[in-house]
Amino acid sequence: MSSSIFSKHKWADKHIPKNFKIMLIISTILLIVCILASLFFGARIISFPEVIDGLFSRNDSYGANVVRKRVSRTIFSLLCGGALGVAGALMQAVTRNPLADPSILGVNTGAALFVICGIAFFNIHTANQYIWFALIGAALTATLVFGVGSMGKGGATPIKLVLAGAATSAALSSLTMAIQIPNAYAMDQFRFWQLGSVGSATWNAIATFLPFLVIGILVAFFTAPALNALALGDDVATGLGVRPMFLRLVAALGGVILCGAATAVAGPIGFIGLLSTHVVRLILGSDLRFNIPMSAIAGGIILTFADVVGRLVSSPGELEVGVVTAFIGAPILIILAKNSKVRSL
Amino acid sequence: MKNQSGEFNFIYTGIQKRRRRWLLVTVLLTILAIILCGSMLLLGNTIYPIQEVIRVLLGEQIQGVSFAVNIIRLPRMLAGLFTGFAFGIAGYIFQTILRNPLANPNVLGITSGSSAAAVLCITVFHTSNTVVSIASIIAGLVTVVSMYFLSRGQSFSIGRLILVGIGLQAMLDALISYLLYISPQQDIPAALRWLSGSLNGTKMDDLPPLVIAVFLFIPIILLLGKHLNMLELGEQMASSLGVATNKTRMLLIVSSVFLIAIATSVTGPIAFVSFLAGPIANRLVGVGFSNILPAGLVGANLVLAADLIGQFAFEYRFPVGVITGLLGAPYLIFLLMRMNQKGEL
Repeated sequence: MSSSIFSKHKWADKHIPKNFKIMLIISTILLIVCILASLFFGARIISFPEVIDGLFSRNDSYGANVVRKRVSRTIFSLLCGGALGVAGALMQAVTRNPLADPSILGVNTGAALFVICGIAFFNIHTANQYIWFALIGAALTATLVFGVGSMGKGGATPIKLVLAGAATSAALSSLTMAIQIPNAYAMDQFRFWQLGSVGSATWNAIATFLPFLVIGILVAFFTAPALNALALGDDVATGLGVRPMFLRLVAALGGVILCGAATAVAGPIGFIGLLSTHVVRLILGSDLRFNIPMSAIAGGIILTFADVVGRLVSSPGELEVGVVTAFIGAPILIILAKNSKVRSL
Repeated sequence: MKNQSGEFNFIYTGIQKRRRRWLLVTVLLTILAIILCGSMLLLGNTIYPIQEVIRVLLGEQIQGVSFAVNIIRLPRMLAGLFTGFAFGIAGYIFQTILRNPLANPNVLGITSGSSAAAVLCITVFHTSNTVVSIASIIAGLVTVVSMYFLSRGQSFSIGRLILVGIGLQAMLDALISYLLYISPQQDIPAALRWLSGSLNGTKMDDLPPLVIAVFLFIPIILLLGKHLNMLELGEQMASSLGVATNKTRMLLIVSSVFLIAIATSVTGPIAFVSFLAGPIANRLVGVGFSNILPAGLVGANLVLAADLIGQFAFEYRFPVGVITGLLGAPYLIFLLMRMNQKGEL
């Protein structure tokens, strides 16, 4: 049954986009720069010998410990950014909509609402437990938003989906407010989670997150060729042997798993999916087999970069990474809206 | 000839019928507002008999009652009444001019613009309250203008305007988070006032600018209301009926932004009131009539009723913004579904 989706077809040829190699080289360099910046910069700028110490020896100096903390943080921000980048690419392909991003579609808020419900009513308090609540919340919200946004003729147009997402976000965040206000304990826990950003990353959190990341990436890997066909329209895709509804379901589930898990561990981080996919599409064109892995790399770079910026602008404290990404990402949304033709809205 | 006059009579009775309905609705809404105002004064931790409250209002000093009524309940009631009125009317104006119920100051990011400027003035520049209010008004206007320019494509599209608004709002909210993060602890309570709607702790001294603004701008808006009706018929129709469309529209928008900014400075943005008031008023009175006054009254009733619910319906006291959010959000989603089904987007 699934072989019809996953098998190779004529349209899944091996043509490599012409900028792919250059982009791979540039993004590798950027990735290394971001990783180094993330290790060196922060409330305290660490010297080179200390970084070496922290990475390779068992030295127990202050600097070395800081570096070790920053290593887990950097790895986590790379993974999390990658997950959000892939989630954005999957959702955009599923909805055939350039504006689909977990935060714009309100999926983050849904995950947040379920986490606060879990804290307030089910007494959960570890990342392991948050992740399931966040996943259920993300999945339900995605279903609701797609449902509302695709009503009526024309299906899920970008503007309808974005509005449905914004409205659902508003609705869910007033519910979140109503639950946390009378419940001081939940409010404390929730605020910690909400502000957690990537700074709270521990090896445990990474271990919790990793299986979901792997599942999501496998889904993306296997559905990418078929999603390429879907981009040509449902009829053409059916003619090429793809079952559109089943494919959408699988790919959307992958996207929800990725962004739900990322949200559960890192708190709501917006606009990464939007930013990375659009940068990548601008350079590589629209072949998802190359766009999805590149979006993952771009997402990792952007999130790590935003995290470093957040550490530097408000030193000695830290600005939440979600604030930085919103500040970089929102103008992209405006530019996209400005340049889009009225028809496509 | 006879047929013609019959038709004229038919139209005329139609107008009369609608005018009667308008009057009836307005009177009923006013009575409801008076009842709610009365309950705001009577109810509280201690319920005072109505005679005592009246005597206190007339200037008598009664131990305990005077303090509760004059210092706590009266400012709260007046703030709710006037801000509700202002939000209702401003929202109605936006919805009517842009001919879309979704176009309201909250969705378009105007409230966020005002709030960002206010928070900047409070936390960074430490200006006086007057400067804060002026800055927030200017910022609201700047947000409107920049949104207008950013969403100007080949042709005007409400969808694009809303998308740009959502983008602007995300950026401004990120800016607010950043400002709150870097600001000293003692400035935060004053800044938080601008972020969530609440009538708690309203003082008599806060009210004069709001009352003056309402009495200054409402007559202007009511006078222009006749033109607004013609604007609803469409650009060309309105100008052929002798309306200076651009000037009218600008005056109305500017007045609405003034009302919103000043009302927000007293109570903070009370969620969804500016969004709900217009459609409710239109439903009650019927479209095709200038529903400015009913919309304002609906807004006032909403805020007062929501505040009473927030204060007394639950074990815990919720700020008014949470209640209006819980009431408004489902309606927003419902409205979206209906608009999608009718293909109005």
